[in-house]
Amino acid sequence: MWSFSNIANQLHYWLNDHFSPTLTLIIEMVLAGVAVIGLFAGLGLVLVIMERKVSAWIQLRLGPNRVGPKGMLQSLADTFKLLLKEGMTPSGADKIMFNVAPFIAMIVAMLLLAPIAFAKDFQLWDLNIGVLYVSAISSVSVISILMAGWSSNNKYSLMGAMRSGAQIVSYELSAGLSVLAVIVMTGSLQVSDIIHSQADGWWIFKGHIPMFIAFVTFIIAVTAETNRAPFDLAEAESELTAGFHTEYSGMKFALFFLAEYVNVFIVCALGATLFLGGWMPFHIGNWEGFNHVMDYIPSSVWFFGKTFFLIWLIMWFRWTFPRLRIDQLLNLEWKYLLPISMVNLLLVTLMAILKWHF
Amino acid sequence: MSAKQYISDVVNAVSSLLTGMKRTGYYFFHHKEIITEEYPDNRATLKMAERFKGEVVMPHDENNEHRCTGCTACELACPNGTIKVVTKFDITPEGKKKKAIDKLVYHLELCTLCNLCIESCPSDAIIMAQTFEHSVFNRAELTKVLNKPGSKIMEGVE
Repeated sequence: MWSFSNIANQLHYWLNDHFSPTLTLIIEMVLAGVAVIGLFAGLGLVLVIMERKVSAWIQLRLGPNRVGPKGMLQSLADTFKLLLKEGMTPSGADKIMFNVAPFIAMIVAMLLLAPIAFAKDFQLWDLNIGVLYVSAISSVSVISILMAGWSSNNKYSLMGAMRSGAQIVSYELSAGLSVLAVIVMTGSLQVSDIIHSQADGWWIFKGHIPMFIAFVTFIIAVTAETNRAPFDLAEAESELTAGFHTEYSGMKFALFFLAEYVNVFIVCALGATLFLGGWMPFHIGNWEGFNHVMDYIPSSVWFFGKTFFLIWLIMWFRWTFPRLRIDQLLNLEWKYLLPISMVNLLLVTLMAILKWHF
Repeated sequence: MSAKQYISDVVNAVSSLLTGMKRTGYYFFHHKEIITEEYPDNRATLKMAERFKGEVVMPHDENNEHRCTGCTACELACPNGTIKVVTKFDITPEGKKKKAIDKLVYHLELCTLCNLCIESCPSDAIIMAQTFEHSVFNRAELTKVLNKPGSKIMEGVE
């Protein structure tokens, strides 16, 4: 059957036959880098048009419908516009920090792609602390936002960056605790182990209600972490104009914009991996026939299907809920999400010890 | 805050969020609800809302008769001098002089479409039309005479 891993393996053997092992490794690394950049460009185009269409349909509008068939080339046209624009640096800005910040945002997003399994046996780096790695690296993204806000030398940018810092630092806790719920069940931080533990059913079904609560808190927390509405205080178009990227233009702005969408993709991919089984097809316990039918759908289709479902869910949130105030935002985290996810983690631990899950 | 209050807060919050999501989710899947008008494309079939106010017009019937008595109520009601009624005196068959309009001049460029003239008109001689493509190259074209040339007042309108 056609799969990503076959292509990757054939390429690996071909390279090994023709080049020395060191050169093979270097070529493979370069190819992986190119693939990641290509994925980013593709994701940026797809997610922007998806966001605009989803928002339009939810608000009873038509959305972009002029460029290309049904407006599907709109984001491509926007990208060309941004590429051709001048990337200005304000004279009062801290030049080095100002110009480096968008690249840090991008590099963090790129690093986060490493442990994500896109299909069966198709993963850049299956390290044994995959989930810990993701939560560690994703907290670096706040540095790029703070850098951008501080170096812009603009009060609105600084305010946006500070809000974003407070928000990301606090929401990382409940995101981490809900991720821990899955770790407690599987007993492993490795992404491939977590996916294989869901061969007889996804954790969201196997783990009863506590796992569902963990899933909901995870989705809320990652929505806040990626600075998307209803938690987009860092950008807050109406009061801070655009928050930390007010002063950015052209491709530097586009990098921040792209990093936001790629981060959304990554957290959704992580959510799909942890709670919805990653590339694992929909299996029910020991129903052999049913499971075999589900196996015929390629694993990459399962992975991208689940991820895009979660992205759609987060977009649905964005275009439904009004934005929270900063005090409401912190109240929600510290008074509601954190205690609930702590009690929930305790319940999950109890379930794991007593083997109450399926 | 009691524990009961805390739990009911959480439940209420979740249920109200779900109510909102149900509504937007319904709109997401039901594209027939979309209200966008693709204006220049659907110009032939465009239907304006019933209460849309485009400009003041004076309807005439097939005999080229209107209902305006020239009472100048609209001119007095207008807050910014958009309407100017030029009156004349007709001679009735009995030989009496009767007041009538010569011209009802309407300055669309001044009009705020506030509807006060239509409400003040005692004989319903003027109404709001639903036209909206008013742009012209010469400002003078916006000054309009509402009664058609050679028109006269309808029988029975006092």
